[in-house]
Amino acid sequence: MIDAARRAVEAAAKAGAGEAEAYAAEDSGREVRVHGGAVESLTAATQRGLGVRAWIGKRVGYAYGTDLSAPGIAALAERATEAARVADEDEFAGAPSPDAAASGRHSADVQGQSAPEGLEGLSDPTIGEWSTGRLAELALEIERTALSADPRIAGVEQAVYADSSERVAIASSTGIEGEYSSSSCYGYLQALAEGEDGRETGLGFGLGRGPAALEPAAIGREGAERALAMIGAGKPASRACPVVLDPTVAASFIGLVGRGLSASAVQRGRSPFAGRAGEEVAGEALTLYDDGLDPEGFASSPFDAEGVPRRRTPLVEARTLRTYLYDTYTARRGDAASTGSASRAGYRSQPSVSTSNLIVAPGSLGFAELLGEAGEGVLVTDVAGLHSGVNPVSGVFSVGASGRAIRGGELAEPLREFTIASDLVSMLRAVRAVGTDARWVPFSGSVKTPSLLIGEMTVAGS
Amino acid sequence: MSELIDSEVAARVLSRALANGGEFAEVYAERSAGLTMAIDESRIEAVQSGAAAGAGVRVTSDGTTYFSHVDGLDPADIERAADEAAAALHAERSEPRPLSAVTGTPQPIEAPPAGVSAGRKAELLRELDERARGAGGEIAQFTASYAEARREVCVANSEGLLAGDDRTRVRIGAQAVARRGDLVETGAETLGAHRGFELFDGDPGSIAGEAARKALTLLDAAPAPAGSMPVVVGGGFGGVLFHEMTGHGLEADHVQKGASVYAGKLGEQVARPLLTAYDDGRLPNEWGSDGIDDEGVPTQKTRVIEEGRLAAYLYDGTTARRDGVASTGNGRRESFRHLPVPRMTNTYIAPGDAEPEAMIAEVERGFYAVSFAGGQVDPATGDFVFGVSEGYLIEGGKVTSPCRGATLIGNCLEALAAIDAVGNDFEMKTGICGKAGQRVPVGTGQGHVRIAAMTVGGTEV
Repeated sequence: MIDAARRAVEAAAKAGAGEAEAYAAEDSGREVRVHGGAVESLTAATQRGLGVRAWIGKRVGYAYGTDLSAPGIAALAERATEAARVADEDEFAGAPSPDAAASGRHSADVQGQSAPEGLEGLSDPTIGEWSTGRLAELALEIERTALSADPRIAGVEQAVYADSSERVAIASSTGIEGEYSSSSCYGYLQALAEGEDGRETGLGFGLGRGPAALEPAAIGREGAERALAMIGAGKPASRACPVVLDPTVAASFIGLVGRGLSASAVQRGRSPFAGRAGEEVAGEALTLYDDGLDPEGFASSPFDAEGVPRRRTPLVEARTLRTYLYDTYTARRGDAASTGSASRAGYRSQPSVSTSNLIVAPGSLGFAELLGEAGEGVLVTDVAGLHSGVNPVSGVFSVGASGRAIRGGELAEPLREFTIASDLVSMLRAVRAVGTDARWVPFSGSVKTPSLLIGEMTVAGS
Repeated sequence: MSELIDSEVAARVLSRALANGGEFAEVYAERSAGLTMAIDESRIEAVQSGAAAGAGVRVTSDGTTYFSHVDGLDPADIERAADEAAAALHAERSEPRPLSAVTGTPQPIEAPPAGVSAGRKAELLRELDERARGAGGEIAQFTASYAEARREVCVANSEGLLAGDDRTRVRIGAQAVARRGDLVETGAETLGAHRGFELFDGDPGSIAGEAARKALTLLDAAPAPAGSMPVVVGGGFGGVLFHEMTGHGLEADHVQKGASVYAGKLGEQVARPLLTAYDDGRLPNEWGSDGIDDEGVPTQKTRVIEEGRLAAYLYDGTTARRDGVASTGNGRRESFRHLPVPRMTNTYIAPGDAEPEAMIAEVERGFYAVSFAGGQVDPATGDFVFGVSEGYLIEGGKVTSPCRGATLIGNCLEALAAIDAVGNDFEMKTGICGKAGQRVPVGTGQGHVRIAAMTVGGTEV
């Protein structure tokens, strides 16, 4: 892969680019979908492609393609430089340099870290030893476990296993060069329970570096339990009250917070956290950091999407917002150092600032104690409408929710069809306690968080 | 279409795909090219050019689909994909039927965007920027994006079908941020079509003005009310409500798995007789239109609700074979890397006979949801939630103050049955719909629609 990247950088120079960077990725993956005890579909595929950033002075352009032949790469480089000619000049635009990438300036919070020699454990080499038949059996076991969990489980909408083995390479005209491999897999299902007045659904999921890390029975059981827990759900009374977010829901909100901590959003005045660095933004109980090197984290890699080393960056500690997350462009513009936070959704997307693995440090209260601390309130186990119910600029949100009532510090009747509303900063400030039940959740970036107790939020039901 | 994959190659691929048996085989080839750019802080940036080509081969046997896809259109690679798809089967070879071409009618394109200079596209974005910034000093930020994409597709299957399509879509989007002290509000608007650059012949800058107006209006907004009340939904993108709360539940894959609240309700009265709705993939130049679907079936107009009665589900080939019916031309996929699934095209509620003003005048206290930021539904339970991007209180039959942060929440069957007025106005809007990890362009439309009672989730208890 590094070869294709090098050739693309050379081709861009020939096409007239002053500086260029190429990102090549190759991915092979399988997916099994099962339903009703039979395999519904089985997909096996490989894909590879190349994305090139070209700079002409202070202008930058991007192009991607799947044709890695010599003429294909030449045409791709040509398109990237053409794109750069269309863009306006931007004084902070420029290719990342290996100096800044390897050592660079570190802010006070990022001390003494240098490029890791290599990050172990990103890849499970046994992934290829699993035949599709064995993977299908894994997916079928997820479904079977859910179906046999309880007679009220009416079916499973779908049980899925999927994996991906990826190889990524970056090369640039400024001397950046790097390559790494990683693998991941996940399993999930959507279980259906027959309720008193209609069906209830429950999601169960698990993830790992390879299929051996998945526990199919646990995934199936979780989906069944979540669906069963919702039977007979009613609407809560509208009020402001303590709210406990389970790890899956907490992860969605923490993911939104992470989006607001991107220096890009902050510099362009599109973040509720703009102008709040060094200020009090959270309850004492909350400690949040971004760690691109945690071997368990699915966003971990030795370097980010533009070749800058990943690192661990404290974001919120002792109530205070410590720093934003930077890539090369925003670091130049904000007179800061890159935190190694450039990400891409693959070779089809140019790098942009994003969290790697966002981690909430575990607190001291077990789940039962957290409910006890809440007293009278609501446990939220699912939210819907996050993409439409949150204003990313102001942080104001109102989203659909379901969960359980909390009475006298214990779980009571199931609740559905209500909304919870607040804004992201107020919500962080209202974090009263943090649980010990931390879990990796892949729905809103890669986030690891325990349950969170929010002192007060608006609940709207009947 | 013969440019993408030669009919002899297609026949050979299908034959190899069925080498170990199977009832059905298909090869889908595609070539796409696109350009996107944005304006932010009054600067043209994020200029991106993309190109991809590839093919997917699938074989179905006893209800299982075996699928493999490759990058590039080299016949040798596509044949290898066919071998890979067939590898898990161990039955006797089956024979594909000889191919005969079906002609779909591609949507008419006057000015292919690839023939328009990139500079002209950048000018269009600058025009939007100026328009928005001219809307007042409280407009603090403005961004706009331009996207064009051409997608040539070719499908051949073992039942003898050979079909192709050539699709060009263009779309611009505008987002304004308005600021007054600590108050920050956003407004957005889009314009898109299955059409060439001629889409922008009119007054494309108006979407920037509209985005700015929405953001500025919200600066004067009060917190949204919380509780159950009558809701009047605006025309155009208001149709996303019907798309989410009914459309998805009519997609045959959900229905067949019992994961739709509309399963088993065909022919039943699910709404009042004033409601008739369609899915129409043939509407000329609409965003969700195509010549053929991604399985080669000509797109069609399907009446899904007829005077309140559930009239039809939306089928792709796989779900149609399972129910012993014909595909409704709703088999769509994001790209050659995806399997087709039943998807909506342009879904809309047909105009009724109510005057929009009168629909509002009849409401004592309620909510007017002009447009949505988006929505989500669980087809199995029917629970849905929508974020309102522009909404107002209705007091004494009049639209009064704007509201921020409103969410509509409810259950599909209840809300559909509670529609008690459909306006005589009508508008279509563009959307990008996500399902099964695949995003496809869809059109949504309606005139004003009133729901007798719905839960509004706001911050004002």
